[in-house]
Amino acid sequence: MKIVVCVKQVPDSWSERQLRADHRLDRDAAERVINDLDTYAVEAALQIVEQHGGETLALSMGPASAEEAVRKALQMGVDAGAVVTDDALAGSDAVATARVLAAAIASLGADLVVMGVESTDAKMSVVPAMVAEVLGWPMLTQAQALSIDGATATIERQTATGHDVVQADLPAVVSVVEKFNEPRYPSFKGITAAKKKTVDVLTLAGLGVDPTTVGTAGSPTSVAAAQPAPTRGAGVIVDEDPAAISALVDFLAERRLV
Amino acid sequence: MATNVERELPDSDAADLLALVREICDSELIGQAAEYERTGTFPRDVFHTLGRSGLLTLAHPEEYGGGGLPQAVYLQVIEELSAAWLTVGMGTSVHSLGTHALAKYGDAAQKEKWLRDSLSGERLNAYCLSEAHAGSDAKALITRATRDDDGWVLAGSKAWITHGGVADNYTVIARTSSEGDGAISAFWVPASLPGVGANPPEHKMGLKGSHTATVNFDNVRLPADALLGELGQGMKIALDALNYGRLAIAACAVGVAQAALEVATAYSRERMAFGQRIGDFQGVHFMLADMATRIAAARQLYLVGARRLDAGKNVVAEAAMAKLFATDMAMDVTTDAVQVLGGAGYTEDFPVERYMREVKVLQILEGTNQIQRSVIGRALVGR
Repeated sequence: MKIVVCVKQVPDSWSERQLRADHRLDRDAAERVINDLDTYAVEAALQIVEQHGGETLALSMGPASAEEAVRKALQMGVDAGAVVTDDALAGSDAVATARVLAAAIASLGADLVVMGVESTDAKMSVVPAMVAEVLGWPMLTQAQALSIDGATATIERQTATGHDVVQADLPAVVSVVEKFNEPRYPSFKGITAAKKKTVDVLTLAGLGVDPTTVGTAGSPTSVAAAQPAPTRGAGVIVDEDPAAISALVDFLAERRLV
Repeated sequence: MATNVERELPDSDAADLLALVREICDSELIGQAAEYERTGTFPRDVFHTLGRSGLLTLAHPEEYGGGGLPQAVYLQVIEELSAAWLTVGMGTSVHSLGTHALAKYGDAAQKEKWLRDSLSGERLNAYCLSEAHAGSDAKALITRATRDDDGWVLAGSKAWITHGGVADNYTVIARTSSEGDGAISAFWVPASLPGVGANPPEHKMGLKGSHTATVNFDNVRLPADALLGELGQGMKIALDALNYGRLAIAACAVGVAQAALEVATAYSRERMAFGQRIGDFQGVHFMLADMATRIAAARQLYLVGARRLDAGKNVVAEAAMAKLFATDMAMDVTTDAVQVLGGAGYTEDFPVERYMREVKVLQILEGTNQIQRSVIGRALVGR
């Protein structure tokens, strides 16, 4: 079993994030870290390999510094890494990103692709499904549990209305949510071992991707405007009378909190 | 937040290790320390987390699963852990102390049998020397190991045992004959053996998350190979272990003092009085300056001992000096930190009152500071 885990380098979600004049994220304004949700995908991949054997590979697309996110996955125990980096990639949207990741996965070969459900910077939550679409593979979304039986992957998913169990034949793409597991910390030995693991640098030419289909020019979507989030308004005060109970229950129910 | 100490480290592996330690301190230790200490709950899960990351066994031999790190790096990890949570920093050092005799004096067969498992990260060890009437006067111990046909029978009680009742293995120093220098030996005692038990934890002034208990050995049958090192070598092993342990306690003290200084410094930058920050008053200024200076001196003192150990030199006096200076310093610094915060410092809203209660015991354990002075004095003028 060969598992590719996609990881993204993002600005630390605990730091102040800023947009540039062209509405793109200022990646130099904050410390760059591995996307938190991707560490759950790494943990999922490591657990599957611990149970069934096989190899794991961390894949990222981004500037040269994206290798740091891959190294973090290697410290956690992933076997090897690959980074697609190319000047032509700057400004790629979700569609362009999915094209590149899918081309890299096709080139590297995989039985299973595991991804975090979203990145903490763009928060589109669409790249895993788009990658599956480009590859022509089944997509199992928002997994909080994953098991492999032969050539079949089974996930469990919590929805607003119930609990889904979904199966697909391998190869498949799985996106995982935070409930999946608790990502492990690297071990001291894992840190030293990670330095000896290889991270291959892949280029668009090497993958056979037409540079005009990626980057700003190849992206069908663009951000037209951006504004800081409005400051939080005053809450609603409910008077202390019997009607308050149903008012509060309605309030919570509308937001699907009860 | 983990400390802001700029560390002296030999290579990038050690730097990455300290970064990992700080990440774990921030995510797993600092936030929950106060609640565990308030309720006296032993954080076994935290030790599992440390164990899985290899942090419980950093200074032990690599061939059996340890980290193979020099003391000069290991002790700085102990300092960082202690700054975040003394129960965890000291517990890590006690685990190491409880593994020391096996790792250094055990033979190949004993190490194969027990050390690999001990260094797996899933086990916690403890060290049993003191008894109710044999504390500073350790040689007065009466716990006895008696030979029988196919091994030993261990009988007696050990007092003030860190991890007593929660440890998986105990290194026990026991009497194997009535008198003479060769009267005492060291034994490896798994807690699962019939007859091993512990009293309820002591009710202490601080460091309540770390359980301290009397451990009882009720005619525990040990196999012949439970003897670590030579017969009669026990006191030598015990004192050798204390050299390592005392340097670790110095590192623990420096860690808590550093944490107290950082709280006091941050508070003195925020708190306004008479129209200015209290940190701008010379009275507070000088207190912070003295705290920082003494912390830096204590850190260098334990590192001197660490480097000597790494070079294979004798550290009897240096370990005693580091333990004495660092723990007296930590008592003063944490007391001053409470003073800088004033009434707020005396409340549980800030951690400094807890630090002050916790470091008191560091002046007592692994040889009281009076014993440390005796050790240093004997090294100067001879016996």
